[in-house]
Amino acid sequence: MNRVLTYARFEAVSALRNGEQLLISIILPALVLIGLGRSGVVELDLLPGQDRLDVVVPGVLGLAVLSSAFTSQAIATAFDRRWGVLRQLATTPLGARGIVAGKVLSVFAVQVVQVVALGALGLALGWRPEVAGVPGALLVGVLGSVAFTSLGLLIAGTLRAEAVLAVANLLWVLLLVGGGLVLPAATFSSGLAVVTAWLPSGAMGDALRLSLTGGGFDVVAAVVLAAWSGVLTALAAKLFRPTS
Amino acid sequence: MPSPALAIDDLTVAYGGRVVVDRLSLSADAGRVTAVLGPNGAGKTTTIECAEGLRRADSGTITVLGHPAGSSPARARVGVMLQDGGLPMARTATEVLSLVAAMHGRSRDVDPLLARLDLTDVARTPVRRLSGGQRQRVSLGAAILAEPDLLFLDEPSAGLDPQSRRLVWDLVRSLRDGGAAVVLTTHLLEEAEALADVVHVLAAGRLVASGSPHELIERFAGPDTVRLRPVSPLSDDAVARLAHAVGAATVGAGREGGRGAVVTLRHEPTPAFVAAITAWCVEEDVRLRALDVGGGTLEDAYLELTSPAAQSADHPVDRERAAR
Repeated sequence: MNRVLTYARFEAVSALRNGEQLLISIILPALVLIGLGRSGVVELDLLPGQDRLDVVVPGVLGLAVLSSAFTSQAIATAFDRRWGVLRQLATTPLGARGIVAGKVLSVFAVQVVQVVALGALGLALGWRPEVAGVPGALLVGVLGSVAFTSLGLLIAGTLRAEAVLAVANLLWVLLLVGGGLVLPAATFSSGLAVVTAWLPSGAMGDALRLSLTGGGFDVVAAVVLAAWSGVLTALAAKLFRPTS
Repeated sequence: MPSPALAIDDLTVAYGGRVVVDRLSLSADAGRVTAVLGPNGAGKTTTIECAEGLRRADSGTITVLGHPAGSSPARARVGVMLQDGGLPMARTATEVLSLVAAMHGRSRDVDPLLARLDLTDVARTPVRRLSGGQRQRVSLGAAILAEPDLLFLDEPSAGLDPQSRRLVWDLVRSLRDGGAAVVLTTHLLEEAEALADVVHVLAAGRLVASGSPHELIERFAGPDTVRLRPVSPLSDDAVARLAHAVGAATVGAGREGGRGAVVTLRHEPTPAFVAAITAWCVEEDVRLRALDVGGGTLEDAYLELTSPAAQSADHPVDRERAAR
């Protein structure tokens, strides 16, 4: 276990020192939070008495999960794979399972930093979350992290590094704009809204919003996320290759 | 007799139905450098990856220090230096070596090792800013810092300057002298000849010869060898015309500098034979940089063992294989 923790720390420090990863993990989500939370550039379907930040901050926290668990993780792992880092570590007592466990823990460590930074920014702007909904939001965040980390490892372990770079960034933009993360699925046309609600991004965004605004725990969304987590983890375990 | 540090028995690996390693058996002993040689596609990398636990065999067994290859007890006592580095580019040599030390459960100070590898000045420079030779030495450091009982080295001195190459060779020898088993894969025959106590030559997924460098040279390059180094490399046609004109078998036509840069002929170096060669050079207007006669090198033996002709019937290699 000490080895896994040491490797997780090594990975988390690498991620937090990397300018591009910081940009996508913290800076861009912070800009989205400020832009959508405090301007009317996008019209939101708010309930009576609801503030824009009640919708935007949980969505941005979901975006942060997507950034660290999927985009950053996929790109870092793809280049580790190309440079032989995964092969090298797989020959040490850490082993292949230790590598995966370390990467998952490093994602959680980066997410603690993200939640602290983005949560503090939201609070400073006037966001007042429902404290009773925090445990439910944490559970949703963990399920989302598992699903997106598995998706990241899946593409990092099967595609070339340059292709992973392109796919991971493209998916981040697509899910930001139309994935139901930052903007609720109900914002979109009825056809797109149905599809979005069944995506891991849409399920995570809706469940986080419901939990943190005191609306209860979205069981359907949690089940959707759990199903995505199971399928993507199984695919990653079957198809991931540490060597290119 | 102690069991070998690495024992590969009847290993077979296929990719998509194509057999790349075919019932291969070989071993490596403690306190010896064992070189595994072969042309690209011979099955060296696949074999070594199976021994490192990175790839699964279709059949056969691999025992590493008494444990199954890739098992936790085996990984704890093995060091690996990969040809493609295996280094995180954004981190420093100190950080990388400290991580590998921690993976082996050692909180050792890596500074003495960095000094031994002549890396002290760049210890806190990110790997991506190091030269190719410096990265090679960091990789070697990662492989040896846990003082492994079995060390796999893949092209350890590729791209190194002569001073760095000597440094690496001295380190390998000191590890061997300390009792470690070293398994070396390399395309530098000079390196294998300088370091190896035992050489295994693979071709088309099979073991075609084993022995000390001296034994292989005696058996397959012999004393009756003449080597030409033309100023400009000879074409395949020219090599064939030369062999025909002088009535000798061509052992090989290749070396550093490309195909045809050195042509090796198997024939007793009589004055008449040497005169025939020089006459052919006059006729074809071929200028020579050197003409050597006498005992062959490991490279000559290797070229003989891995040549297309070696796969044909009645060839000494096949006869030896059949005898085993």
